[in-house]
Amino acid sequence: MPDLLIELFSEEIPARMQARAREDLKKLVTDGLVEAGLTYASAGAFSTPRRLVLSVDGLTAESRPVREERKGPSTSAPAQAVEGFLRSTGLTLDQLERRADKKGETFYAVVEKPGRAAPVIVAEVLEGVIRGFPWPKSMRWGNGSLRWVRPLQSILCILSDEAGTHVVPLVVDGIEAGNTTEGHRFMGNGRFTVSGFDDYVVKLKRAHVVLDTAEREAAIWQGAQNLAFAAGMEVVPDAGLLAEVAGLVEWPVPLMGRIGEAFLGLPAEVLQTSMKEHQKFFSVRNPKTGRPDSEKIMGFVTVANIEAADGGAVILKGNQKVLSARLSDAKFFWENDLRVAKAGMGEWVEGLKAVTFHNKLGSQADRIERIAALAREIAPLVGADAADAMRAARLAKLDLRSAMVGEFPELQGAMGRYYALEAGEKPAVADAARDHYSPLGPSDAVPVEPVSVAVALADKIDTLTGFWAIDEKPTGSKDPYALRRAALGVIRLMIGSNARIPFLRISYLPLSRRVVLEHHSGSPHKPEIIRKVRDLGLDEQARQLQGEMVQAQNDRYRDDFPQLREIAEAKLEDLLGFLHDRLKVTLRDQGVSHDIIDACLAMPGNDDLTLLVKRATALSETLRTEDGANLLQGYKRANKGRAPLRAGGRQQAQRGRGGASRPRHGRDEDRAGDGGGGFRDGDGRDGRASCAGGCLLHRRAGEQRQPDRSAEPPQPSAPHPGDLFRCRGPEPDRGLEGADQGHVALPSPPCGGGRGWGGWSQGREPPTPIPSPRGGGEARGV
Amino acid sequence: MPHDTNTPRSFQEIILRLQGYWAAKGCAILQPYDMEVGAGTFHPATTLRSLGTKPWAAAYVQPSRRPTDGRYGENPNRLQHYYQYQVIIKPSPPDLQELYLGSLAAIGIDLALHDIRFVEDDWESPTLGAWGLGWEVWCDGMEVSQFTYFQQVGGHDCRPVSGELTYGLERLAMYVMGIDHVMDMPFNDPDSPIPLKYGDIFRQTEEEYSRHNFDGASTEMLLRHFEDAEAECARLLAFEPEDPKSGKRIVMAHPAYDQTIKASHLFNLLDARGVISVTERQAYIGRVRALAKACADAFRQTEAGADL
Repeated sequence: MPDLLIELFSEEIPARMQARAREDLKKLVTDGLVEAGLTYASAGAFSTPRRLVLSVDGLTAESRPVREERKGPSTSAPAQAVEGFLRSTGLTLDQLERRADKKGETFYAVVEKPGRAAPVIVAEVLEGVIRGFPWPKSMRWGNGSLRWVRPLQSILCILSDEAGTHVVPLVVDGIEAGNTTEGHRFMGNGRFTVSGFDDYVVKLKRAHVVLDTAEREAAIWQGAQNLAFAAGMEVVPDAGLLAEVAGLVEWPVPLMGRIGEAFLGLPAEVLQTSMKEHQKFFSVRNPKTGRPDSEKIMGFVTVANIEAADGGAVILKGNQKVLSARLSDAKFFWENDLRVAKAGMGEWVEGLKAVTFHNKLGSQADRIERIAALAREIAPLVGADAADAMRAARLAKLDLRSAMVGEFPELQGAMGRYYALEAGEKPAVADAARDHYSPLGPSDAVPVEPVSVAVALADKIDTLTGFWAIDEKPTGSKDPYALRRAALGVIRLMIGSNARIPFLRISYLPLSRRVVLEHHSGSPHKPEIIRKVRDLGLDEQARQLQGEMVQAQNDRYRDDFPQLREIAEAKLEDLLGFLHDRLKVTLRDQGVSHDIIDACLAMPGNDDLTLLVKRATALSETLRTEDGANLLQGYKRANKGRAPLRAGGRQQAQRGRGGASRPRHGRDEDRAGDGGGGFRDGDGRDGRASCAGGCLLHRRAGEQRQPDRSAEPPQPSAPHPGDLFRCRGPEPDRGLEGADQGHVALPSPPCGGGRGWGGWSQGREPPTPIPSPRGGGEARGV
Repeated sequence: MPHDTNTPRSFQEIILRLQGYWAAKGCAILQPYDMEVGAGTFHPATTLRSLGTKPWAAAYVQPSRRPTDGRYGENPNRLQHYYQYQVIIKPSPPDLQELYLGSLAAIGIDLALHDIRFVEDDWESPTLGAWGLGWEVWCDGMEVSQFTYFQQVGGHDCRPVSGELTYGLERLAMYVMGIDHVMDMPFNDPDSPIPLKYGDIFRQTEEEYSRHNFDGASTEMLLRHFEDAEAECARLLAFEPEDPKSGKRIVMAHPAYDQTIKASHLFNLLDARGVISVTERQAYIGRVRALAKACADAFRQTEAGADL
């Protein structure tokens, strides 16, 4: 049973790519060996900045012979059938066996593959792996055509057993595999031969290379801690940095230094970020002087790759000098920023007007105003003070103009909090600057403070509605504006805050407004319309906008409004679908089965994600109980012999959606019947729904002015409160004449614009009573 | 930093040692390109010569201008005019890292005493339509060079691949000699009859050009010249290759490329003047890139840039 050792020796491999490369090498090689008929006892992969290593123990010396037998056509079968069989087996007629059986005589193809020696297989597999290695980025060098992450310099590939060590015969793009390698770039002693893995590890260590990443990490951490303890301090743990630094050195030598007195007043985040990002330093803190709001960072540990003759004095001095230069810059930024902060940050407010957020979505200042308006609306729903939320939203992104964030973009938010506090803001308002970006990823915590929640939600909803309105949605793996992350953020924030937030109602205005602006982007009225749309506060907008738009009816855009409305509705529908897709994955990960999710998505109020999750969880739990099982049984029995309601409903739902208009956003989705029912036509007529007071705007009205309306059976008569568009009826113009009435009573179906728009809040089985957006539907629903 | 006899005593000594080292390694020691460029990479000896299969090895000092980096001579290490040392070898030799480390030793960096690292740094020049993989080289935590294997230039795949080394000379020299402010660095030997510091030569020009870059330069003129350079580049490339006068086939790749260099520098100046918005920025970069690509296409039609 020979052991296999492979070392792919190259110029420096980026630290961030090493862990994945180890995994890939191990999997690709061992899979290839097994595929080729070898077995092995165990395998381990290792990496340093200059080498990628695989050790495979207990490999079989050759693959087992394989005998394959295939039955072919009868010997009396037509010639074509026999020819086809010969083609598929790659044999000639005289190589086939004839065997007699009950029906006569049949051809058999017997292919015997003899066992192959391990070296041949290893060479074949390794060459394939090297040529097709899945580096995230690879390159060519010199005259060659081989791609590797950086130039590949040598290959060590040996099989060793009791009898000795043999080099596997292999040449890849002119590089011949051998049994030698070299050690540390500066402390090694030339090339040496290797007889096996144990020998390799020992000789590498002698040549100042620690092969195992975990061992290097342990050495760095232990060494760093020892240095810090000796000075009465401690190292700030940072697993990511530790892994990165371990990937930058073959022979780690931690060295500790102090931060100059002049810089100790800088915020901990600034010191840490500057040292980590630019210098790969660990931060060292003094536990005794730690302040409650920030850690007292006083020193650093840098990890050298060499045992210098002077014990590292020159190296440490050099690093200290670089750090001082960096921190001088940081200090300059900090002091400058503080001056602006104390003066109320007006300079930054002005500055953000000149910064484009997106050329179709205006400046950062425009964006901030939109977020502030949204935050104010969301605030009461999450228990935040509306004025605080608005104030916080206006401040939260000002630090984008600060010099510090210009230098260290990763400090955005953290600096905003400091500057807001300096400007004398309430802690809750200042905290929102720091927390409103969260959650940034699956491991990032969700803010819980109401003001932060309101601003965080407003920020993300503004992003989503904006990009949806201008058709910049994620496609495939492309998601340049991180809209998937924003959607997941919205979901986690809504569920985390346990607040009941009607997503459609909140999102309709920002989205439809953007659609209007977009539509008029080339028109001479654009400045005027933009000003009007921008100037309208959320309170006043309903009434005023109606007036504006009715005026607009007189111009040549009159006919566009129903169409714009339809566009906005379709986009909002699509956006909700996008959120639902994300939510489905989340729920599925929590063990809620897909049919339960689909059932809940098909229910009224499916834009209230908190409600949706509660329903799904409750239904899932119920169905797991005995009662639930019995209920299902009973339902199935009762349905026997009848046309399956659900299936019928599903078909109808798909027809009602026009079959195909909803695009896919990712690969994780199975669209069929996934809640399309929520949008399907209320009455099944031609894809049009009656408004039934259930269109978004009616529900909005229901909440704001007519609390009970939404619970009423379909009645197409209530005025639409604050829409940029009219509900579209058969005679839209008639409804547009009265400036005072947003929505003139029209013959049904007045809200028929859009694929089942009226069905936003309608269930799968019409006519369903429409629950109020803020509750009431829950018990009935489940 | 301990100073031994091996430590250079002046800025120019570092340049001279690099010139001597790379000359000994077989590079043609070229002179700076006689136009305003943002980096040594813009020298046609690098951009154009990295295309095609003809072997190439050159090293040179290139004065480089980054108008936005002007600090009126006050910043200890930021300058709007500075020097790069550039080495370009095609195909990249297998021992390029060793050669590079040898050059550090040549300018007095003791490799047993310092911590030299190759840290991932992928290079991309959007204006040149070029990219490569490599590292920034750290000496005791200080970035002293960029080390790049060119993969693409002007939209063309580099076959063979060139290896490019770029040294930031002031920063490297300050580190080697232990100088804290660039203006205090000895330019010639401090024991010369007339010792000159970096500041004696460049402080005033840094002031003048800082003012020029941020406030003085006429944006109308710059915009006009940008348009001119762009048009001229296209015009030169539109000529028929057959030259009626000499009867030879002459593609004016280099003169057209000069216009690309001009456009690039004019764009940098406009940027420093703050008249280019974020969205326009991308458009300008795209325009310069289009010129660079057209020049690369043209150069590939010439003898020096052809595949042999």
